Amino acid sequence: MLERALKGSPRYYGWLALLLVIIAGCGTAYIYQLVNGLKITGMSRDVSWGFYIAQFTYLVGLAASGVMIVLPYYFHHYKKFKHMVIFGEFMAIGAVVMCLGFIVVDIGQPQRMLNVLLHPTPNSILFWDMVVLNGYLLLNIVAGWVSLETDRLRLPHPSWLKPVVYVSIIWAFSIHTVTAFLYQGLPGRHYWLTAILAARFLASAFCSGPAILMLVMLITERVTTFKMPKDGIKTLAKIITYAMCVNIFFFLLEVFTAFYSNIPGHMHSIAYLFVGAHGHTELVPWMWTFAILAVASLALLVPPQLRDNHKLLPFSLAILVVATWIDKGLGLLIGGFNPNPFEQISPYWPTGPELMVSLMVYATGALVVTILFKIATDVKAEMGVAQKLPCGCSSEDGCKCAGEAEAA
Amino acid sequence: MNQSRRHFLKFAGLTAVGLCAGASGVLASSGGGSPVKPNKETLHATQWAMVIDTRKLNTDEAIAPLAAACHALHNVPDVPNKQNVKWLWSASMEEAFPDFPNKYQSPEVEHRRVMLLCNHCENPPCVRVCPTKATFKRPDGIVTMDYHRCIGCRYCMAGCPFGARSFNFGEPREHLDLTKLNKEYPTRMRGVVEKCTFCVERLEVGKLPACVEASNGAVHFGDLSDENSPARKALRENYTIRRKPSLGTEPSVYYII
Repeated sequence: MLERALKGSPRYYGWLALLLVIIAGCGTAYIYQLVNGLKITGMSRDVSWGFYIAQFTYLVGLAASGVMIVLPYYFHHYKKFKHMVIFGEFMAIGAVVMCLGFIVVDIGQPQRMLNVLLHPTPNSILFWDMVVLNGYLLLNIVAGWVSLETDRLRLPHPSWLKPVVYVSIIWAFSIHTVTAFLYQGLPGRHYWLTAILAARFLASAFCSGPAILMLVMLITERVTTFKMPKDGIKTLAKIITYAMCVNIFFFLLEVFTAFYSNIPGHMHSIAYLFVGAHGHTELVPWMWTFAILAVASLALLVPPQLRDNHKLLPFSLAILVVATWIDKGLGLLIGGFNPNPFEQISPYWPTGPELMVSLMVYATGALVVTILFKIATDVKAEMGVAQKLPCGCSSEDGCKCAGEAEAA
Repeated sequence: MNQSRRHFLKFAGLTAVGLCAGASGVLASSGGGSPVKPNKETLHATQWAMVIDTRKLNTDEAIAPLAAACHALHNVPDVPNKQNVKWLWSASMEEAFPDFPNKYQSPEVEHRRVMLLCNHCENPPCVRVCPTKATFKRPDGIVTMDYHRCIGCRYCMAGCPFGARSFNFGEPREHLDLTKLNKEYPTRMRGVVEKCTFCVERLEVGKLPACVEASNGAVHFGDLSDENSPARKALRENYTIRRKPSLGTEPSVYYII
């Protein structure tokens, strides 16, 4: 099936070439980092994790997001997701590849990385994060590939596949829970030391992840004959909306706990993020942008007539993605390290090389996702399922023009 | 797949596994019987602890020689920015004890400078989070590092609530005066975390930590389980506090106020 990735339009090749150029170009920044060490980043003694780990945290959400399609299909037999499931699984593969990439580029001695396996340390959450991430990668490769391959051969799915998919559904929750535990169990880091952090991570993952997935699938619809069923889009948008409501609710719970209790340690991080502290206001514009965009995305997603407007939906989703990225891909990490253990502020901002290395990892993920989506859409086209009809419907929709197309 | 090719691959795989197992067996057997003889001079303890008298050691000028002694002895690089490496340093009362704000306390106490270093906690969070056991607690309570094991993930830095750990973001040797290097103690490499070790290498040969020696009696050091140790004596006779006791890490560094 992999050979399908090799046959494509010039546009497809052009996109792959662009990604490879980005990977190679930004790869020089990574070589620069390997030669000079992490001193080329904006990280410091106080903010000892930076943009890389923040991106890793955000992308774990994308990896977990596929489950919002897989779960309704397998647990609730929601048939509209039948042909979207594979994209959720393939997106998860690309996302986990990026997650692992961001961890690798963040490590000071990458050649010693296997020490985590050679000296397994069950008391370290990082060990378990390695286990769940790699496990999730494997589960999705097996589940995605085998189901697509048997679909292509028009064979029934093998009986062992269902348990694998069920395990992968439970596993999806574990990857984000364990990633939250990385932060959640640390003494003295008040912004992270909260029992609701794992729940916040899941809520944020289940809105931002499917939103990114849907945006990528809308692009896929533009460049291939693939078409999502209208009801599938509707349901996924509804799931995203619910998750975003829960996400914002959980955030407000944090604000209440901190400010009603009036405990300085709990208030400091949130105050630093939204109004600044000790004269440092680096993140204030960002966090208010997050707040405004979060409200705006809800305003565009909650009313059904706006949510079901397919012209508006991509913008609503993009706004949601930017909002959740600021919250989780920027504020969570910097706000967790600041104020530092001495109640002082150490500003952090990623450097140019740091952003280039991040772009390299993102481009690698995009490459993996492109190739996998190319294979999946080719197979769907060959099977004649989830295809765009002349009237703009999907062949799964039962539109009026479905009959016409068959007649023609 | 062709049957014979499949067989060949199976055979090759098993052979490789067998060879690896054999090699590790040989390596394991060669390690038996440590050639290292215990040093008779070595100082022993169940839990080493330090008691710092902030009445005597209360200015940057007083703390600087201690930091200098420690840093010179351990070849700690002098990196001139936020990515610096510190084993022992001076901080304000407010920075050292953020949990003890008191609006109208004695100005003398309020303006004291405090010597900070790794607290060698009884429940060290850095040890709990390290994914490779590169940072570990010794039977004598000292939390130390295997710099050769460290992968540089910096999880211990996020875990430490005392900001006691430093990371070698760049090449540390660029920031060392190579003419004044202490050749008795190794330098570190780029990409690993480092920290104060209560001078384990000095305790090994019966000497007290360098900062204790340089403190002119302002820092007491001893075994917490021995009621006759200088540390216990200082704790018995003075009012002491520890940094962030509410976190339950049980720091082994005490401050006389």
